[in-house]
Amino acid sequence: MSIKKQYDVVVIGSGPGGLAAAIEAKKGGADDVLVVERDVELGGILLQCIHNGFGLQTFKEDLPGPEYAQRYINEAKTLGITFLLDTMVMDVTSQRKLYLSSRDFGYLEVDARAIVLAMGCRERTRAQVRIPGYRPNGVFNAGTAQRWVNVEGFMPGKRFVILGSGDIGMIMARRLTFEGAHVERVLEVQSYLSGLSRNYVQCLEDWDISLQLQHTVKKIIGKDRVEAIESVAVDDKWNFIPGTEEIIPCDTLLLSVGLIPENELSKKAGVILDPVTGGPFVDEHFQTNVPGIFAAGNVVHVYDLVDYVSMAGAGAGKSAAEFAIAEKERAARYIPLVPGKNVRYIVPHKLDKKALEQGDISLQMRVTRPIEEDVWLEVRGDENSIVKRSERYVRPGEMVTIVLKPRMAAELEKTGKLTVDIYPKSEA
Amino acid sequence: MQEKYDYIVIGGGVVGAMIARWLSRYEGRLLLIEKEADIGMGCSSANTAIVHAGYDPLPGSLKALMNVRANPMWDQLAGELNFPFERRGDYVVAVGEEELPLVEKLMQQGIRNGVPGMTMIDGPEMRSRERDINPETSGALWATTGGICDPFQVTVAAAENAVNNGATVLLNTEFQDFIWEGNRVIGVKTNRGEFFARWVINSAGIYSDNVMHKAGVRPEFFIKARKGEYFIFDRAEVQIHNVLFPVPSSRGKGILVTGTLHENTIVGPNANVIDDKEDTSLTKEGMDELIDGAKKLIPNLNLRASIANFVGLRPMGNGPAWTPGLNYNNDYVIEIPSNVQGFVNLGGIESPGLTSAPAIAEMVVDLLKDAGENLVAKKDWDPIRLARPRYAHMTHQERRLLCDVDPSYGRVICRCENVTEGEIIAEVHAPIPAQTYDAIKRRTWLGTGRCQAGFDMTRVVAILARELGVSPFEITKRGKGSEYLYRKTKDTEVTDVN
Repeated sequence: MSIKKQYDVVVIGSGPGGLAAAIEAKKGGADDVLVVERDVELGGILLQCIHNGFGLQTFKEDLPGPEYAQRYINEAKTLGITFLLDTMVMDVTSQRKLYLSSRDFGYLEVDARAIVLAMGCRERTRAQVRIPGYRPNGVFNAGTAQRWVNVEGFMPGKRFVILGSGDIGMIMARRLTFEGAHVERVLEVQSYLSGLSRNYVQCLEDWDISLQLQHTVKKIIGKDRVEAIESVAVDDKWNFIPGTEEIIPCDTLLLSVGLIPENELSKKAGVILDPVTGGPFVDEHFQTNVPGIFAAGNVVHVYDLVDYVSMAGAGAGKSAAEFAIAEKERAARYIPLVPGKNVRYIVPHKLDKKALEQGDISLQMRVTRPIEEDVWLEVRGDENSIVKRSERYVRPGEMVTIVLKPRMAAELEKTGKLTVDIYPKSEA
Repeated sequence: MQEKYDYIVIGGGVVGAMIARWLSRYEGRLLLIEKEADIGMGCSSANTAIVHAGYDPLPGSLKALMNVRANPMWDQLAGELNFPFERRGDYVVAVGEEELPLVEKLMQQGIRNGVPGMTMIDGPEMRSRERDINPETSGALWATTGGICDPFQVTVAAAENAVNNGATVLLNTEFQDFIWEGNRVIGVKTNRGEFFARWVINSAGIYSDNVMHKAGVRPEFFIKARKGEYFIFDRAEVQIHNVLFPVPSSRGKGILVTGTLHENTIVGPNANVIDDKEDTSLTKEGMDELIDGAKKLIPNLNLRASIANFVGLRPMGNGPAWTPGLNYNNDYVIEIPSNVQGFVNLGGIESPGLTSAPAIAEMVVDLLKDAGENLVAKKDWDPIRLARPRYAHMTHQERRLLCDVDPSYGRVICRCENVTEGEIIAEVHAPIPAQTYDAIKRRTWLGTGRCQAGFDMTRVVAILARELGVSPFEITKRGKGSEYLYRKTKDTEVTDVN
């Protein structure tokens, strides 16, 4: 596979947001669309979400995560989108240059006319909820455990306690029970459920897994591997209520304590974040404060349903394609000014062919060496001479100016570049 | 197993590693034994990473002597062993006018200890150097010889250099008892057999009291654990570049707010003496104490940007003062006891132990010489230990070249810290092989970032299993008992929790 130096749209991430963005960008007229995915397969976190409940809005069907993703993957593949798997985006600049790192492709630099940020979100960790006690193995984020079980095919424990009633936590409670593990209970510090009610019914109630609201982990016990946790009831201000402590033997504590949009790359590109959502400020086209950089899905704010992530992705992809096409058209109107015979440089370096419609354009330049006799100053297109005037001499110390007039616009339309030559009339 | 050595070092912390490195320049067979699955797993991997200037220890104490002697050794050491070290200087910050005399007194103590390059700066100057500092700051001691290092790499680099010069390091090898010939120690019994040597060096850190008691030395010497808890912050959110100490108290140097060479700001440690030498648990009270301590120096510190905690246990001994007559009983013990032959005894090497490690190693060599040991320098001793590539710190051009040479460096395994598969493979096959997740983590900084291994964990376990040629069920976080996985899914066995 050959990787181009420049793409119309580069999408970072191939989860539901990224896939939908890539598809809509391609459908919207972007010729070269590249999706960069850090995992070895397309689909993002959907691949580990083997439970159903996806696609009710989009497809009016109840699909498991991988199947939902596959519909987008199939469409993307038929559209001829380029995918780089197992590849990490190391850096993004506000000029839309990306640095990619991969075992198969090495370290690459790619320019994008437009970028869609679709990195999704990450889980909050133990430190953010400040759980005291030992720091043994066996304290996992629910999403990491989900990957162990559903993608890698391993059980990371026998006996679980889950802190947090987020959706992933509740879904994992059911999933682990399916696999023969014992889920002691789910603790939730708030007085209400933090995930979807349907997950409470289907994942906890139906499986007799108890949920304790206004309870949290007071301490983790076990030096090398979790041996137990101490739970405690809390009041409305989350203060521990003395006397309510309970030791719950377990070997694994799963944390499902919230998600944070993942925007470290966005920040490198100069994207400004909303402190409330943790994601970029975006306009109705999902464009961030950096022109040509769009953002979609959980990278912007944490969604409740994947279907809405896909919709946002599609919107961002469409806008990115429009931006890229406009950018390409604008770029195509530009022709370079090439220093020819005895010309050291020319300012401007390039010009918009349409600019002559607005009036004169002066080209300023310096010569490489002096010519102390009558000279021609000539601006040539690919085939024809466009303007030619004379001077009595040229010297490097004195700047030379040539003016392009609106009447030359027709000639300009026909050429791909302008070359300026300065030479003695005697040599003509 | 029965092997004969000239020297056996008990304990692979930074002091043991440094002693091994110092002894490796002389002829003789050298063995370092470490009970854990990796070197540097105790206090050496849970500290503030500071190379102290030397104004803190009591004048006349061995702590002061070692600190001040060791501090200037670090530039050459870092150059030879290629670990990260920077002489960034440090500040002891006086908050409010009443603290200023205490800081001035500290400077006088530094002068008595022979610390060069100290000066007092006033409040406005301190505030200009650290814009987030408490506005009540009235002045500070500015110690220009203070430094920061990566203590994990210091320990690894010193031990690796010893191995490259012929030493043997045995992990998971726990000292049980001495082997005697009369009153001469001639070897050690361990869980992995007996090892014989002409000299045994006690560098057992927090358990060095147990080891010396087995040798019948200093029955009155005991070590207590002084627990220090820490917060680590996301470098994208909190950037404190300076090393900021509060005014010290009787409980120690106090809770710092400091930058690190990984550019993560850290806050800590507190200092609570506990009886259990294994109790590295984090406490709610401790965390509250850290928050109060941090806010004293940096009132607007964004505490929500904390990404991890760690806990270290300082080996606080009751060693008598080095200088007789000094009213002090927490000094270092570094000696060849008169009642036992073939035994070098160290104890109570708490802070500034990391700083002092090279001077302690040098002193051990001098003690051996004084005891008549004929130390013959090796002709081919190589003081240089090369560092391995760290992708995150490279330029675009360097990364491109490295990926061309070895494509495995292109595969990023840790998304937050940008650690690659090539780096992990290199550590697994290093002179002291990294065989656990934490060993990889300490050497590469993988998994230390804001997602706390959420992304890399499954990948690292797979790579470790492949490179070590074992099943993923055998991969641990920090040695036996800390396995990640229990069985495959869809195994027929149903968990019986009763």
